[in-house]
Amino acid sequence: MTTMLWWQNLPLFMIVGALICAAVCSVLRAKAARAVMTVLSALECAGMGILLYFTLTRNESFVFAMGEIGAPFGNELRVGAAEALVGLLFAGVMFLAVLGGWKQFTADIAPNRVNLYAAVFCLLTAAMAAMTFTNDLFTAYVFIEISTIAACALILSRNQGRTMLAAARYMIMNLLGSGLFLLGLSILYVLTGHLLFQQLGEAVRNLAAENRYPMPMYISFLLMTLGIAIKSALYPFHTWLPGAYSTATATSSAILSSVVSKMYIFLLVKIFFRAAGTDVFARRIEDVLFLYAMVGVIMGSLHAILQHHMMRMIAYSSVAQIGYIFLGISLGTEAGFAAALFHILAHSSAKSMLFLAGNKLRAAAGDRDTFPALRGAAKKTPLAALAFLVGALSLVGVPVLGGFASKVYLAKAAVELGGWRMVLLLADLLVSTALNVGYMLRTVLTLYRPAEEPGTEPAPKTKDAPFAFAMGALIVINICLGVFASPVMDWIQQGIAMFV
Amino acid sequence: MLSQAYGHLDGLTAVMLFGIGFALLLLDKNLMKKIIGFSMMDSGIYLFLASYGYIESRLAPIYQEGVTEASAYINPLPAGLVLTGIVVGVSVTAVMLGLTVRLYERYHSLDIDEIAEKIRREGK
Repeated sequence: MTTMLWWQNLPLFMIVGALICAAVCSVLRAKAARAVMTVLSALECAGMGILLYFTLTRNESFVFAMGEIGAPFGNELRVGAAEALVGLLFAGVMFLAVLGGWKQFTADIAPNRVNLYAAVFCLLTAAMAAMTFTNDLFTAYVFIEISTIAACALILSRNQGRTMLAAARYMIMNLLGSGLFLLGLSILYVLTGHLLFQQLGEAVRNLAAENRYPMPMYISFLLMTLGIAIKSALYPFHTWLPGAYSTATATSSAILSSVVSKMYIFLLVKIFFRAAGTDVFARRIEDVLFLYAMVGVIMGSLHAILQHHMMRMIAYSSVAQIGYIFLGISLGTEAGFAAALFHILAHSSAKSMLFLAGNKLRAAAGDRDTFPALRGAAKKTPLAALAFLVGALSLVGVPVLGGFASKVYLAKAAVELGGWRMVLLLADLLVSTALNVGYMLRTVLTLYRPAEEPGTEPAPKTKDAPFAFAMGALIVINICLGVFASPVMDWIQQGIAMFV
Repeated sequence: MLSQAYGHLDGLTAVMLFGIGFALLLLDKNLMKKIIGFSMMDSGIYLFLASYGYIESRLAPIYQEGVTEASAYINPLPAGLVLTGIVVGVSVTAVMLGLTVRLYERYHSLDIDEIAEKIRREGK
């Protein structure tokens, strides 16, 4: 056994530390609990950053065997550049979401329940870190369920009838998803006898080479894919999404839209790449996934156009954006996976900003988010409107911003592949970009238009330093993803090379 | 064909249980029945894991005097997975039940469509 370096212990500490924080938070006072949750998410960022630095400079991934029990018996964590990069963004978004929703958080959540919210937040942080790092399919399932419960509690943060119904719908759909995932996992385990990705991948390849159990294997991967598709709201399974995202408090909706659904997708990428063997079983599933994703991109945008409420519109645009990510995955090539991972980064940073800014704008417009009510909101909260503008432009795909780069990479990956998928994907990108322009720019124009009743003076400006910091940081991240797209892409490709 | 199916009787039962539970969770309007459906769905999976985890004529994975070779015992892992799954299932059920209680206290109904209708009227 080679000696461990100090930073190779970080993944475990990040997971266990977050779990301990969750337990501690539940008995703390409101103020202390809030401090713990903020510091924890900042520390997770730092940890991910350190892991990213070391995995990139050493250009190799490492495996952390729990209790030093080696494969095939033990439980493992595995960290490479891709895991660290995606994890860094998730942790960063969670940190900024806490800051950006600071003020609304105080208004929405009763002081005697803040500690419970903080506990759930820490639990979700643990689930995020664990799902990003785990090398074991069943551990992934356990943390899927933990994150489902935590996300449900995050939705419930506002004590209203609407949020309760949204949470119930969220739970029902997500339980269906995790049930399918568990069944798929069980079938795969019965067939191969392994749960660690590395051994699982080898067993699957061996069985495929001997052509044993092709059908059960196919069904098991299909069930797992379907489960994750439901949980991450791929188009026809998106019904739980708009209610859940648009009614929760700002911090919750930012985290739900850009971390929770994305970590399931990252898990799917790991399963496809490391367990299913992209060349064996994933291929047939990808064709199905491709069609769903394509329909999803268009339908999500159409739904978004039809909405009368801004928050619901942003929520539906997530459906379309998740379609993009699945398009990348369903190409089945390395370039496609890289484009999908890049879009996870670009979309997470843009969508969390949209939700945070959107909540601010809604508050400025007197807690209404219909389009007429939002007219002139930009004057009341210029920073929120600016952030909304940047986020909207990024999702539309304006150059210099992250969304543009990810669309270019997606198109490149499709052109490399050629054939019918290329034609369909390019057409799809074109149509959806046009639709995106339609609904995003309509909202932006509404925000900057003068209000209908000029008599009403804007509310006295209140300072909100954490929000300003979060918006500033997110705008910088969005621009950096666009400007430095090619180095980020190099990191992703380095990370994917480490997968195998 | 039929004898082949008979060999997988446990598996077939498990998948049937899963299917019934899945349909109940997805289609029934009553929140309580949805939760029952979830429990059935999970039980189906536990049965699946437990039945394939057991190999006939082997010993339970507890050490017995004189029997040292590993192949005499069954693999303890599937049972471990079932146990973990049960714990997860219990906590999820608890959350769902809590949510249902709160919805019922507020809207005096278990029918999810009726609750949605009441909330819509409340909003106006």
